Amino acid sequence: MTTNTKGTKQAGEVDRRHALHLLKSMLRIRRLEERCAELYSAMKIRGFLHLYDGQEAVAVGVLEALTKDDAIVATYREHGHALMRGIPASAILAEMYGKQEGCSRGRGGSMHLFDEKTRFYGGNAIVRGGLPLAVGLALADKMQQKNRVSCCFFGEGAVAEGEFHESMNLAALWQLPVLFVCENNLYAMGTALKYSESVMDLTSKVMSYDVSSAAVDGMDVLAVEIAAKSAVEAIRSQGKPFFLECRTYRFRAHSMYDPELYRTKSEVEEWKGRGPIKTFIEKMKGQGTLSDADIETIEGDVAREINEAVAFAEACTWEPIEDVARFVYSERRMP
Amino acid sequence: MAKMTMVQALNLALRQEMERDENVIVLGEDVGVDGGVFRVTDGLHEAFGEERVVDTPLAENGIVGMSIGMAVYGLRPVCEIQFSGFAYQNFHQIENHASRLRWRSQGRYHVPMVLRAPYGGGVRALEHHSESREAFWAHIPGLKMVIPSGPRSARALLVSAIRDPDPVIFYEAKALYRAFREEVPEEEETLPLGESRIAREGDDLTLISYGAMLRPTLSAAEQLEKEDGVSAEVIDLLTISPLDDTLFVTSVKKTGHAMIVHEAPMSFGPGAEIIARLVEKAFYYLEVPIGRVTGYDVVIPLFAREKDYIPSVERITHEARRILET
Ligand SMILES: Cc1ncc(C[n+]2csc(CCOP(=O)(O)OP(=O)(O)O)c2C)c(N)n1
Repeated sequence: MTTNTKGTKQAGEVDRRHALHLLKSMLRIRRLEERCAELYSAMKIRGFLHLYDGQEAVAVGVLEALTKDDAIVATYREHGHALMRGIPASAILAEMYGKQEGCSRGRGGSMHLFDEKTRFYGGNAIVRGGLPLAVGLALADKMQQKNRVSCCFFGEGAVAEGEFHESMNLAALWQLPVLFVCENNLYAMGTALKYSESVMDLTSKVMSYDVSSAAVDGMDVLAVEIAAKSAVEAIRSQGKPFFLECRTYRFRAHSMYDPELYRTKSEVEEWKGRGPIKTFIEKMKGQGTLSDADIETIEGDVAREINEAVAFAEACTWEPIEDVARFVYSERRMP
Repeated sequence: MAKMTMVQALNLALRQEMERDENVIVLGEDVGVDGGVFRVTDGLHEAFGEERVVDTPLAENGIVGMSIGMAVYGLRPVCEIQFSGFAYQNFHQIENHASRLRWRSQGRYHVPMVLRAPYGGGVRALEHHSESREAFWAHIPGLKMVIPSGPRSARALLVSAIRDPDPVIFYEAKALYRAFREEVPEEEETLPLGESRIAREGDDLTLISYGAMLRPTLSAAEQLEKEDGVSAEVIDLLTISPLDDTLFVTSVKKTGHAMIVHEAPMSFGPGAEIIARLVEKAFYYLEVPIGRVTGYDVVIPLFAREKDYIPSVERITHEARRILET
């Protein structure tokens, strides 16, 4: 049931405009994350901060395959997913600043971005916490006869947790429209996959639950997009879950600081050489569909967007102290 | 004596107990090669090897459930949960098994394990990374819930917890990990579980606290002495459950005024039980109603409001003055 999708074959057919859009999307995430790192050092953002550098092709490629009616459930490393889903960079940054104009009222910060409009059901600071939630959304969709997909992102570390297995089984048993996207970046904090899984081929694990699956090069945005589109098609036509493993790599430390004793500098450099943005630029240039002027234009647009978002976040305000008890209980009345 | 941070003191306790007893096993996520999120287990992997300092996959229920099994067979597992908020994942194993196995087997099976977890504010992170939910554990019969208030008590209590025949939940205040140093003796030192201590003597008012809140409580006591001429006695609980009420009941009988300071939300927090004990055992000595300075009944807010949530010296002195003037 495992199929490998190769992006290279179709690359030539992708029109230039779409390619530029994908490139810009990845750059928007990369530049946002770089700015977040600076803002963290400047103590504008506090707590823990998990950056997405290196994994951009996954969020970009997968979200291309979804419609605005579908739902997203993500993790604490979710800035990129939120941005791709259409939450403005300004609302994301204001949230990280802890300001009330942020998409979670400044209460969630980096790890708990939420947005109703874009059907973004949250970052989730608990590893694997979102899996059963996504299955529940899909179950409700099925019960209410809505033809929607619930897409759940998580790292490979979550596969070792019990709820992962409960979720796979339930989704398959009840035939629920869930796209499980496993971002396998090889390390869960400091723990390499080989120290965490008895069977390292993750797709073969879900096979035992009768969940269809594919593994794809998560550094190749086109490959991810194609794989995600065919996964979503399968989900919609068969009303069954799909497990998409995206093989990727995180370029930075797990959170802002970690001693990185678990991997070598040369390994990181090697993966950086295969970075999703770098290789995509090379590919497009090789095909003659991208010029330096194009890159300059994109970078200019992106820089403007991020600068405006930072200025917005700076100007935002703190939630008044009188309001912090709001939403502990519902403000709705009983019908 | 060497001056140590709480992280170093905890590390010393683990190291010495591992040297003393080969049954002591440390396990958890990233406790080995990485030395733990807060570096409490730093160097243990090198010193004792991967058989005794075990890096586990992400599997909180598994880590704790396995610790129970290991403990039943005579090992002394000390498992680390990276943040106390992630221990809700393994609540089931503690509540349904660790705390009850002795009772179920009529004293034949024992679970001498320790679950260590950082708790409380101080790192300015969200929710489960900052909260103080010791009451969950304190409500469970058969468990011991311990919270040291500084490097020296942390070291001595951890040694006792490891040697204790019962399961112990050991909360370490993140705010104290590197906040200050204390003299910690190289030679063995223990503190009995289930016993509180007097951290400061006084005659007019009894302040009852523990963990990270002990320091602001002591500072408030100093301030009250200096500015108001009030002599406050401070009780450091050290063990939350089973609760030792002897010292604070005796103290309140002397002072007639009582106040509790904790970071946990107010309702059904440890303060509620302390008040109940005082009402039962010292009611006629109380000159005024008992005061409480605690976290609020909300999810702990993010960094912008963290300082408003966590009891401060100002809030403690303010409430103390209100009580004394009643
Ligand atoms: C239940 C739980 N246990 C532990 C943690 C601490 N923690 C946060 S992220 C992480 C590693 C997760 O790795 P993975 O799922 O592979 O995702 P990645 O961080 O690589 O994106 C750990 C151990 C947590 N947040 N939740």
